[in-house]
Amino acid sequence: MAVTIAKERWTSKVAEMTLGPKGLKVGGESTLPFLHFEGEMPNRPVTALEVFDMEPQDWPDILKEPFADVLNDPVAWAKKVVEYGADMVALRLMSAHPDWKDASADEVAKTAKAVAEAIDVPLIVLGCGVEEKDGQILPVVAEALEGKKCLIGCATADNYKSITAAVNGYGHSVIASSPLDINLCKQLNILITEMGLPLDRIAFDPLVGALGYGIEYAYSIMERARMGALTGDKMLATPIVCFVGMEAWKAKEAKDPDVPEWGPQADRAILWETTTATTFAIAGGTIFILRHPESMKRFNAFIDEAMKPNAY
Amino acid sequence: MFEIIGERINGLFLDIREAIANKDPKPIRDWAVKQAEKGAYWLDINTGPIASKEEQAEIMAWLVKTAQEAVDLPCCIDTTNPLAMEAGLKVHKGKAMINSTTAEQAKMDIFLPMAANYGAAIVGLAMNEKGVPKSAEDRTALAMELVANADAYGISPVDLYIDPLVLPVNVAQEHGPECLEALRQVKLLSNPAPKTTVGLSNISQKAPNRPLINRTFLAMAMVCGLDSAVMDACDDDLVDTAATASIILNQSIYCDSYLKTFRQK
Repeated sequence: MAVTIAKERWTSKVAEMTLGPKGLKVGGESTLPFLHFEGEMPNRPVTALEVFDMEPQDWPDILKEPFADVLNDPVAWAKKVVEYGADMVALRLMSAHPDWKDASADEVAKTAKAVAEAIDVPLIVLGCGVEEKDGQILPVVAEALEGKKCLIGCATADNYKSITAAVNGYGHSVIASSPLDINLCKQLNILITEMGLPLDRIAFDPLVGALGYGIEYAYSIMERARMGALTGDKMLATPIVCFVGMEAWKAKEAKDPDVPEWGPQADRAILWETTTATTFAIAGGTIFILRHPESMKRFNAFIDEAMKPNAY
Repeated sequence: MFEIIGERINGLFLDIREAIANKDPKPIRDWAVKQAEKGAYWLDINTGPIASKEEQAEIMAWLVKTAQEAVDLPCCIDTTNPLAMEAGLKVHKGKAMINSTTAEQAKMDIFLPMAANYGAAIVGLAMNEKGVPKSAEDRTALAMELVANADAYGISPVDLYIDPLVLPVNVAQEHGPECLEALRQVKLLSNPAPKTTVGLSNISQKAPNRPLINRTFLAMAMVCGLDSAVMDACDDDLVDTAATASIILNQSIYCDSYLKTFRQK
């Protein structure tokens, strides 16, 4: 007797976002991740590698090594990221942080523009992480990057207004960030759409944790958001951004060079970042912001396999 | 997602009856827009008990076209007259809903092929030539007839909206628990389960406190598996009740603006 494959019937789908000069598409899936037999996954998850606008202060040597000659030159660094094969470049405006250089909006906007003009892949621009400062610099950055269709973040419940208005006005998309709470994620998406930015220009960041550091919380949020999206809950039916590199490289398993019983750092650090990323791909993550090119390579090898058709 | 079927475009209402008589599209458009804003997912369209059968067909087509010119919502074409039903389906844009067939074989043999032919959803009433059954079990048995006959025409249970039939609480009180139990049982009939619907305001016919009875019953019925209802989309408290019940039942993800998002499509 033939086996009948039980298929879920989904009624809705995730919004499809278009980024960058060549129109890179992300999202748009009408099934849970990689269940190609139940629906469409028109676009594969995409990767970006991070570029800092100043030499990173807390990166372990093993992470600096692939970018050793460009750490002080964001434009050259961005080009190198493209050479490594990243789908996008994620520029982090760390110099604006009041604890570092406290750079002005005009200074960081100039850097962002230079980077955007040096690459032909989409640019993600990230603030320094201090909400008040990001609310000041990101609108200026958005204006400087008019027409580049960038992804700009992170907008939070406290600073989304100025960022959303600029993102909307200058043709970009926004990352909406809420701390590990699906209800707040949804509410922030609603507040942003109420300012007139369409859903297909919002990606949300549930604040992911790395393997061993609360990965399961973000996993559950993504899973719930995806099931909601596929059954008609439009306000969470947007691509999901996963800041995997930032979190994985905070883990002591990744950054501590001197723990012989854990094996060589080069192996475990890459594995930590790769495993964190693949886990979130299975949960429904869309845009993966990584740090090490080798992790990205391995992650893409996994995605290659997962994207193979498995229709019955 | 709970589906509100807005009840207001019905020739039983005086303003709609006059609009039909005068061929005045404005009240139809206005009610279509208003119900859409208030959270309707479908627009029930009923000519009311006027005119001949042939005229009903023409009026139905006009009502459907007029409503869909005003808003981008599908219609729930509400008539027992097959000619009027088909006339409405012919001009309808998108996926319509047929309201309704009973579990009488002769009715099913008319309306189920029509649903299959036009790719429409269909409401199946859990009653037959003997009338509305008293017990939940008898209602469920008729629902099963509807599911089986729909399946024979290739209609999926998710396009079949079983109506267990609500009777007024002030004259048929004993039907209340049976109707609710029937909703529970219908949800177990097939996989995927049939959808369910009711004509909500029947519960409060000729009783005082109608809005209170309506919204209390709605919340209770949603717990039992009610997926949609023909109801007053402009009763804000009623729609708020549906939104809140849907949050408590974990049918949509909570957020502080849930009353508002429930009304957005």
